[in-house]
Amino acid sequence: MELTLAIAIGVLSASGVYLLLRPRTFQVIIGLSLVSYAVNLFILSMGRLRMDAAPILSGADANIADYADPVPQALVLTAIVIGFAMTALFLVVLLAARGLSGSDHVDGKGD
Amino acid sequence: MAIDSSLRTGPLPSIPTDFALPLLCILPFLASVFVLAAPGEKYRGAAWVTAVVAAILSLLSLALFPSIANGEVLISRIEWIPQLGLNLTLRLDGLAWLFAVLITCIGFLVVLYARYYMSPKDPIARFHALLLAFMGAMLGLVMSGNIIQLAIFWELTSLVSFLLIGYWYHRGDARDGARMALIITGTGGLALFVSMLIIGRIVGSYELDDVLASGSLIVESPLYPVALILFLLGAFTKSAQFPFQFWLPNAMTAPTPVSAYLHSATMVKAGVFILTRFWPVMHDHQLWFWIVTYTGLATLIFGAYTALFQRDLKGLLAYSTISHLGLITTLLGMGTPLAAVAAIFHIANHATFKASLFMAVGIIDHETGTRDVRKLSGLRKYMPFTATLAIIASAAMAGVPLLNGFLSKEMFFTETAEFDPNVFVNLSLPIGATLAGMLSVAYSIKFVHGVFFGPPPTELEKVPHEPPALMRRPIEILVLICLAVGIIPGITIGPYLAAAVRSVLGAETPYYSLSVWHGFNLPLIMSIIAMVGGAVIYVPYYRRLLNVDGVPLTRGLVGQRVFERLLVTATNRWARHLVGAFGTQRLQPQIFVVIFLALAAGIAAGWTRMGNLPLPDSFDPVLGLVWLLGGISAVAAAQQAKFHRLASMILMGGAGLATCLTFAWFSAPDLALTQLLAEIATTVLILLGLRWLPKRSPVPEGTPLVARLRRYRDVSLAGLVGLATALASYAIMTRSAPEGISDFFLANAYKEGGGTNVVNVMLVDFRGFDTMGEITVLGVVALTVFGLLRRFRPASDSAERPEQQRVLDDYAPGSGDNVADDFLRIPALIMNWMFPVVVVVAIYMLMRGHDLPGGGFIAGIIMSLAFILQYLAGGTRWVEERLRILPLLWIGWGLLLALLTGLGAMVLGAPFLTSAFAYADIPLIGKVPMATALIFDLGVFALVVGATVLMLIALAHQSIRRPKVAGSNKPKQRVGADKWN
Repeated sequence: MELTLAIAIGVLSASGVYLLLRPRTFQVIIGLSLVSYAVNLFILSMGRLRMDAAPILSGADANIADYADPVPQALVLTAIVIGFAMTALFLVVLLAARGLSGSDHVDGKGD
Repeated sequence: MAIDSSLRTGPLPSIPTDFALPLLCILPFLASVFVLAAPGEKYRGAAWVTAVVAAILSLLSLALFPSIANGEVLISRIEWIPQLGLNLTLRLDGLAWLFAVLITCIGFLVVLYARYYMSPKDPIARFHALLLAFMGAMLGLVMSGNIIQLAIFWELTSLVSFLLIGYWYHRGDARDGARMALIITGTGGLALFVSMLIIGRIVGSYELDDVLASGSLIVESPLYPVALILFLLGAFTKSAQFPFQFWLPNAMTAPTPVSAYLHSATMVKAGVFILTRFWPVMHDHQLWFWIVTYTGLATLIFGAYTALFQRDLKGLLAYSTISHLGLITTLLGMGTPLAAVAAIFHIANHATFKASLFMAVGIIDHETGTRDVRKLSGLRKYMPFTATLAIIASAAMAGVPLLNGFLSKEMFFTETAEFDPNVFVNLSLPIGATLAGMLSVAYSIKFVHGVFFGPPPTELEKVPHEPPALMRRPIEILVLICLAVGIIPGITIGPYLAAAVRSVLGAETPYYSLSVWHGFNLPLIMSIIAMVGGAVIYVPYYRRLLNVDGVPLTRGLVGQRVFERLLVTATNRWARHLVGAFGTQRLQPQIFVVIFLALAAGIAAGWTRMGNLPLPDSFDPVLGLVWLLGGISAVAAAQQAKFHRLASMILMGGAGLATCLTFAWFSAPDLALTQLLAEIATTVLILLGLRWLPKRSPVPEGTPLVARLRRYRDVSLAGLVGLATALASYAIMTRSAPEGISDFFLANAYKEGGGTNVVNVMLVDFRGFDTMGEITVLGVVALTVFGLLRRFRPASDSAERPEQQRVLDDYAPGSGDNVADDFLRIPALIMNWMFPVVVVVAIYMLMRGHDLPGGGFIAGIIMSLAFILQYLAGGTRWVEERLRILPLLWIGWGLLLALLTGLGAMVLGAPFLTSAFAYADIPLIGKVPMATALIFDLGVFALVVGATVLMLIALAHQSIRRPKVAGSNKPKQRVGADKWN
């Protein structure tokens, strides 16, 4: 289980990093998304993997050891939203850059 | 006169220290901001505000004298980080008081003077605001009771001085002078800061009281030489001591009131102030004696000598100021208590006569249009009052008896004439002092004779006359003080000087006499030699002095040239070499280096801590299958991203879906929901953007070798990164979790936050501030996107309508615009009808968020998807004709609502964003949790809706604009009421 997720994180980050290093803006934007998947999963895994742990409290007297770790979840939730905003901003910047420079190269030069 | 503390100003009501000191320091800054906010930068009322504030400050500082007259120290402390010894400490003793009075009173006079000096065309509000800010910085400096705070205010005075020198920034010489002053004094300030840190380290406290009470601790420390050199660098650069003196004459490009105030009376005194301040704990060392005394003496002679050859009157006064600062430095270097008394006395005297001289030169400049001593002469007949005042002030500068300059100069001569066992010292000091005295008499005569006597001027453009009487008033006051102090020193300055001296010397305070006549002794002989010698230098050579070009003998001694060459080399040549050697403008190598370094750092940190990795103990085939597909999608997305964007995006969605399933799998339903929705919104966004990217198809002849090699290199780096992250996450996941803060949240989410969905309670309550910041980011991003797209210019090859639409149009005209309506009518109808349903789902998600998976973010994205569905179904035009969506309002209200909820808690006395909760019984629906966090979440919801919709429709709208292609200059064709334009 842990191994599966670790490999998944590795594959996602490898694909993402490869794309970050590519010359086309569209490749970079896909790469950023893949990297953020990897990072989000990585953060979640910091709370250790637990299947079937209740995420919702069932009452004030419950045993807290039975529940899923909320801290990584809250962090990842923020990260997802910020990641969405970042993708949107980057997308528009790359469109504007493409319009201005006529090229979709990350340096705005070449074809 | 002996120290006499019986002279009291009467029983004034004492002013509370904790009110008076902060007021002294803060009021100028407040007034500065107030003046800056004035309507229009030429607002004349600024002068009045400044004058009133300066008057209040003057009176306040004068009124504080009784509280410090007997050696008391007033302290007002505002604690900031007491653990680190960082406090705002304001401390007023005799010396600080003397400076405070000089700063406020001369400041007041300068403001009055500037009222007439400055032209109505100048941006007067800025001038006064800066003057006030300078006053505050300088008062903060002299009243600093904490030595770090002192260094901060020190830099602040440099900064404001920079802005004031560059006040007429349209002039190149003003900009150059300002920059030079800033670099020199700013660098000195940094050195001073470091020395303050060292001194604080030696003493073990940054409080000035502790430093001054440390006795010989600093001098005996092995760090003393380092601390001293850095300290002196700060003091010497500020007080324009040789070889850093050259910035001061260049700073004369400032308006004359500024020169009078900053560059003669106050700011340049900061250097000697700090020498005096730390004199008790630092002077008792050979290094101090040699460096300070002889730097001072060199400056004294060099300044006086150079002043003699100046043609510009302000240049003459500038070099004279340098020389007098050298005199004070020499006195402080000598290390005897009496010399320190003389230094403090001369600080006050020099400020009065030099400020009045600067103002007189300002009047001459104002009335004749020139400051060139060669063009001026015989002005005595045209402006007799000004001439008289300037002559008296120059006499004080030359050290003529019955004027204040004479007294302190006599004390200086007395000290230099003291016997010293070292022959060199015993000879160099008195001879140097007398020589400098002669030179200063000569340049004073040059000033007076050259400007006021002789034949009427012939090269002037206008006939000079007296300035307005009020413009002369400040000079009259200052000259009166020169006379009063010179004739009856014991009554006029005695008690004030005594307080200042005692605050520095404490128990070491010597007996000193302020009387004018000390009998016929060696100092008097030195004075007579200086007077006669000065006349002897000047009278035979005055014509040649006027016409000599530059300064003979010391032409080669140009610190300025060294400075300028260094500046050019460092900021231009070296910078260019460094950029050439290490910089690139290409993004890819930069990212490569960043990732490579991050990887290297990660490996270096994790290598030894990896430990033995346990073998996997369980394997879940379903999760394995999910990630088999997810992994293939990710790799394929990477591979397809160049030539098949749509495919790549779909594959990326596959990886995203696998991530989403994983979240759900590992007990994180909120994350799964958010991820799914964000995924949808991202996909729609990118789909909308794809149209504006260029077409790209594989080149048939294959990739060149270089590109292939680069690709292999990147694949290896990416593979290593993947391996490293996989290993790291595996290593972490297989060991047990440390004690975290999660238990706190689990235990208290219900009790204190009133919700059972711990993640949501954290977001809107415990960590609400985070969320607040996050939604602000989201709002800012949306506005940026909106702003960028308003001026969007597509590249020429994507400006046309897309091929698919053209094909449809050819088939049936007009159908290209609205594909959904023509070809997907039933799905479009369903999407239309979905609108209320989706809205209800959004509201449901919002309401239940506190107790069940959901919340503002999720609800917000769902709500915006409701709008997007309408766009998909009806087309951009159709929706914009029917739905009035005001995303900017949504963003604004959302942010406001969230902020108000937080502030509401503060109003009720709880920390920002504390939530309150209760359960309300609503008929039919039942018990509904009513937490204020819900209102906060409502704000989040509104903002997310606004931001997402704004981004999506701003992008969607591009397709119906008649785009203006980048680079073309055709006038914009407006299509209808195009609010997105």
